Amino acid sequence: MVTRVIAKKGIYRDSITLMQISTALGKLPGVSQAAAVMATELNRRVLFEAGFSGVEIAKAARDDMVVAVEAKDKHALDSAFDQAEKLLASQGGRPAGEKAAPTSLGAALQEVPDANFALISVPGQFAKREAAQALARGLNVFLFSSNVSLDEEVALKKTAEAKGLLMMGPDCGTSIINHKVFGFGNVVREGGIGIVSASGTGLQEVSTLIDRSGLGISQAIGTGAGDMSERVGGITMARGISLLEEDPNTKILVLISKPPSPVIAAKVLGFARNCKKPVVVNFLGAAVGKEGLGSAKAASTLEEAADLACAVSEGKVDPPSPKKLPQELASAAKEEWNRLSPRQRYVRGLFAGGTLCYESQVILGTMFGRIYSNGPIRQEDKIPGEGPSKMNSCIDMGAEEFVEGRLHPMIDFSLRNARILKEAADPETAVLLLDVELGFGSNPDPAGELVPSITQAKALAARQSSYLSVVAHIVATEADHQGLKNQEERLRAAGVLLAPSNASASRLAALIASRGTKPGGVG
Amino acid sequence: MPKAKPKSSSIFASELKVVNIGIPTFADDLESQGVAVVKVDWKPPAGGDAEMAGILEKLGA
Repeated sequence: MVTRVIAKKGIYRDSITLMQISTALGKLPGVSQAAAVMATELNRRVLFEAGFSGVEIAKAARDDMVVAVEAKDKHALDSAFDQAEKLLASQGGRPAGEKAAPTSLGAALQEVPDANFALISVPGQFAKREAAQALARGLNVFLFSSNVSLDEEVALKKTAEAKGLLMMGPDCGTSIINHKVFGFGNVVREGGIGIVSASGTGLQEVSTLIDRSGLGISQAIGTGAGDMSERVGGITMARGISLLEEDPNTKILVLISKPPSPVIAAKVLGFARNCKKPVVVNFLGAAVGKEGLGSAKAASTLEEAADLACAVSEGKVDPPSPKKLPQELASAAKEEWNRLSPRQRYVRGLFAGGTLCYESQVILGTMFGRIYSNGPIRQEDKIPGEGPSKMNSCIDMGAEEFVEGRLHPMIDFSLRNARILKEAADPETAVLLLDVELGFGSNPDPAGELVPSITQAKALAARQSSYLSVVAHIVATEADHQGLKNQEERLRAAGVLLAPSNASASRLAALIASRGTKPGGVG
Repeated sequence: MPKAKPKSSSIFASELKVVNIGIPTFADDLESQGVAVVKVDWKPPAGGDAEMAGILEKLGA
């Protein structure tokens, strides 16, 4: 095998284009692996770990692109680099006869002067500039980019507030405005439940669970996680509540966030108490005192938030009874734990969704005590994201250390697949706990990405005289384009137990790893 | 309750018209939902130099 690495100074392409180029190069004859990436620190490390080396990588800056190819001989390498040049040259080009795309917001607005939203996903260091320009021109903004400082976020949100505009993000993964999905999100039914969420996957989980209960969503507004910091003070959360309170199609509000500081919690609860419409507040595991709630209702998990919203929507007075695991899953769990070897004891959660990772920690923590994570509930339980895992662990693979200059793990499964094999090789791992997101923005075939690594992981455990149990939840609706049924069938065929929510998947994983001693609501 | 600005209701009342700046697939997804989208062919300003871009911005370039 021979390798070659070429750095291209100051050449930028977005992550999705680069993944497409990497995939195309990797499929060429004689090529064993190929990567076209921006030279962020993370990507340079991944290249070194993949066996690429040399000054080209070491010297490259994060605004440079690196193309790295491993092939059987020089001829195959030459062909691959020729192809790389062609692909790079063709990206951004338009078919003959079509006019060139605008290269700035100003030029775009000449084409569509009445545009009302900007969807911005440029690298973080340029994001504030683009968002500020959009607000200045009277556009509402959905800012997907992360790595924008809290001070910049405050400035953007204050500008938006003064102009009566909606500023979603930075670091906003999901919104559903007028039943259209911005960023990562699912095709959910239309209905009377409005959501304001500081969490992208929290919004996805609650909106899909509501859909699967037969109800629907009016609007779902993402704020970005930074909105609930004391520095930002929930500016977009407040604006979202206000908009939904005035929206005639919204009958009930659901507010979602990881536990905010007491100051922000009190502020949001104040809005909830005074809202003219019923409100369900979900601060994920954080206890909310009755006195602070007024007529609003508190949910401790995403699943409970969805159930409460549905119950209120249907006019039920009593709160829904806690969810129990379906009988067939409880039975399947027993079969799984009977196959574990005595030293297999722990749940290892590997998540694409940060809030799902957090929700699992909340649920597993009530049963096992300490849950270790790169995004822990308590700082003393923090472990590095890159591993190794420790006892019961939940890793957020969408955390900053995994995504700088790379695609989100909902699209690019390579780092999570590698980690699945690492966890399988650990003789103490009993259960792998995974989330799988369908819908807009996500990978076109998550089952196709996961099944080979799950099969390999199960085989690896079997060679160690162990049995690897794999539990997952698919965040999706029947209407998502990847085809929920097909995804379910293929994951089940690979030996994955599928639970109807992330909360129930967490309870199922605990049940298996504890050999039935941590029942957690088994029916 | 935070005050509702008069302009707020128009956010949901108007038909969405979106300018996409960055990852093109986000624009494709919106288009597939029937939303009118203009895609900006975005490149980092000042050849990717954030500091220089900031200076240009201040100069109004």
